[in-house]
Amino acid sequence: MPDQQPTTGALPYNLQPPRPTWGVRLPPRKAQSTARPIAVCPLPREVAVPLDCGPAGVAEPLIAAGESVRTGQLIAVTADAGYVHATVSGEVLDVQERAVPGRPGAMSPCVLIRSDARDSWHPDCGAGPGNNQLDPARLRGAIAAAGIVGLGGALFPTADKMEACTQIYALILNGAECEPYISCDEMLMREQADGVIRGALLIMNAIGTDRTVIAVESDMPEARIALLDAIRTRDLDNIDVAVVTAKYPAGGERQLLELLTNRQVPAAGLPTDAGYLCQNVATAAAVANLVDNGQPLIDRIVTVTGAGVAEPQNLRVRIGTPLADLITAAGGYTTADCRLIMGGPMMGRPLPGDGLPVTKATNCIIVATPDELADTQAVYPCVRCGECSRACPARLLPQQLLLASRSQDTLALAELRLEACIECGCCDYVCPSHIDLTPQFVQAKRRLHQALGAQARAEQAKTRADAREERLRTRRSALAAYQEAELTTDDLAALMARVRAREQQRNEEE
Amino acid sequence: MKTAADNLPAPYLRTPQTVPEMMRQVLYALVPAALAYTWFFGVGLIVNAVIAVLAALLTEAACLWLRGRSLALYLGDYSAVVTGVLLAFGLPPLTPWWITALGSVFAIGFAKHLFGGLGNNLFNPAMAGYVALLVSFPEQLTNWLPPRMGDLDYEPLSAVATLTYALFGSLPDGASLDSLTRATPLDMVQTELGEMRTVEEIRGSPLFGDFGGRGWEWINNFIALGGLWLLYRRIIRWHIPIAMLAGLLIPASLFYLIESATFAGPGFHLFSGGTMLCAFFIATDPVSAAMTDRGRVIYAAGIGLLTYIMRSWGSYPDGIAFAVLLMNSAVPLIDRLTQPAVYGYGKPSEPDEP
Repeated sequence: MPDQQPTTGALPYNLQPPRPTWGVRLPPRKAQSTARPIAVCPLPREVAVPLDCGPAGVAEPLIAAGESVRTGQLIAVTADAGYVHATVSGEVLDVQERAVPGRPGAMSPCVLIRSDARDSWHPDCGAGPGNNQLDPARLRGAIAAAGIVGLGGALFPTADKMEACTQIYALILNGAECEPYISCDEMLMREQADGVIRGALLIMNAIGTDRTVIAVESDMPEARIALLDAIRTRDLDNIDVAVVTAKYPAGGERQLLELLTNRQVPAAGLPTDAGYLCQNVATAAAVANLVDNGQPLIDRIVTVTGAGVAEPQNLRVRIGTPLADLITAAGGYTTADCRLIMGGPMMGRPLPGDGLPVTKATNCIIVATPDELADTQAVYPCVRCGECSRACPARLLPQQLLLASRSQDTLALAELRLEACIECGCCDYVCPSHIDLTPQFVQAKRRLHQALGAQARAEQAKTRADAREERLRTRRSALAAYQEAELTTDDLAALMARVRAREQQRNEEE
Repeated sequence: MKTAADNLPAPYLRTPQTVPEMMRQVLYALVPAALAYTWFFGVGLIVNAVIAVLAALLTEAACLWLRGRSLALYLGDYSAVVTGVLLAFGLPPLTPWWITALGSVFAIGFAKHLFGGLGNNLFNPAMAGYVALLVSFPEQLTNWLPPRMGDLDYEPLSAVATLTYALFGSLPDGASLDSLTRATPLDMVQTELGEMRTVEEIRGSPLFGDFGGRGWEWINNFIALGGLWLLYRRIIRWHIPIAMLAGLLIPASLFYLIESATFAGPGFHLFSGGTMLCAFFIATDPVSAAMTDRGRVIYAAGIGLLTYIMRSWGSYPDGIAFAVLLMNSAVPLIDRLTQPAVYGYGKPSEPDEP
């Protein structure tokens, strides 16, 4: 086994993070989906590309029904610089409001595209600057324009995060996928470690830092070895791999940052406020894919797993593919009355059906048999055993929060710092009384927000609007510069010609 | 597929641990101690436990019915059984049934259900019941039997006679309560120290073993064994037992070093009376203990210290029950003062160049 990279002097992170005192050990249930390599999900006949860009708002379509689009073509933008691309080539059928995975009852307008099965790429794609000496501002603009968002699930625009970087000690790439079942990041690191490393180099350049630490969990040695091999192959000495204890939720952004750096992200702050930029490993790979292959974010790796599916595995899937296609690609259902969950069993969301499309946030689909993820135990009153506060990664007192939320005591909720709850579900997991704690905290949080003074909210909104205005101004000019530069580069023309030639060849073959 | 059969929110994974299972484990953990107890003091404990548990369950059922709660759910949680058994451990082997039953009724009816039932009681029900009996029937509650040891001049009471006394209050011909019972070692130390004898002299009595009272040492050993089982099963954590024992043994060692003639040593305190029962089974009752690990250390150390103070200078031979109730009442304060620093709200992390 290759050893840890030699390092000189004090690093801005722990190579041997401490074992967390909080958190819970969960049954991993990952082996079922890591036994097979990542497969490419067959091109769907129809996709429904969601226009909801999460924090960036809902995108306005740039195309109309009946138009033909090509893979990678920009089809919608939001006022806050969210970008949506066609994920297959074909004909736009309609723009419709559809149910999407997310909070119960979540809807989003979706662009329905009927695939022509050719997957012919848009001429803007296929070309990247191809080196890591890109101007940082232009790279950030390109990342935004490629629709790259945090693939860990929050959908936070990656470029926005980078924009917030002022003084950054190190980039943290999060490969510590700690929820049971989910293995998409682990498989990505195992199979495409070099893409992750390449992405790390590009992001470091974009934010002006010279160190990266990639966090993996102690139960994914293959991923660690693959990363170390890739680092050695490139002969790098500024990227390290740190192994965190496989304990949920060690891979939570704030928790991971504390384990790696002994620092806490201030309440209501971001990791960048503590001096670190956190990105998911898949996000880094997407950045590399953009720069090296000129591809915007049109697909992602999704874990399709659970006892309800015949061949659990990871699939590379185009955004907008109906979930039913994924399940078919993974061998189909094993029983009729399965339950579908998007995400992991701790923070995932129930899905109303398999007709929903894959979004950029869809990291895992659990097809659970009826008794696979069921709590059949009776609910008793809290016996104050304290297991919840022992498990809480935010060091809250869930049993006190429960009392306060039941009595709707807003003041007590604020004093107990309900805001710090990351909704990880650890308290529910350990509770011997089987009380539903997290769902109550989610509701109480909503009430607490409503109780916030109108003035405070107005002030927040104004600050946010100003910040967005500023971001947009810089990003638009950056994007323009990037695109102008691209259009005048000779090798871009050559690359585009190559893509066109490949496309033509494929068409002729058909 | 189909539809999500239910739209329950996450999390979907739960610990297999349940409240009834925790209570059952507590009961299993008491089995070795109960056997040792029966070996040394006869079947009195078993008789008392059966009476206490029956009374506890009846009271629990009545209270649940009055409060309109589910009998099936709460009678099956074993918490009333645990209360009854723990109360029985505190009672002398020869106790009339109505005293035992009264203790259970008070424990469940007053200390538990008047405060809101399972999970809401401020005071440990078993200790509240025990103290109610101790202050009401001090004579009865301090009449202990001597342990069954080969060289003691004592004929133990038969099982039938024990049961007869518990139910009807009558003893076999020729026997009287006074002739049967002895003071407990703790009682003896207290009384005879008052008579200006030294600890050394008192310990010369055949009632004393290597550290504490004969028989009592073994019972305490088996209780500690049960406690280790609970620790192993993670029903309890180490904070309360260790802190309680430290709170008792540290002052005991100090005073013993200063004045060994008038203060019994740490070994005696460790293996006498209800020390181990309190450390592993009473103080560890989560409902009436403090909430955080830090709070629990303070809470349990307080019990240990108060126990030592009451044993050494109080008027009752064993102060454990009072110490527990006193610290129970301090729990809301301890909880307030030991809130942990929430993530992100601690000292502002000033980014300094590493």
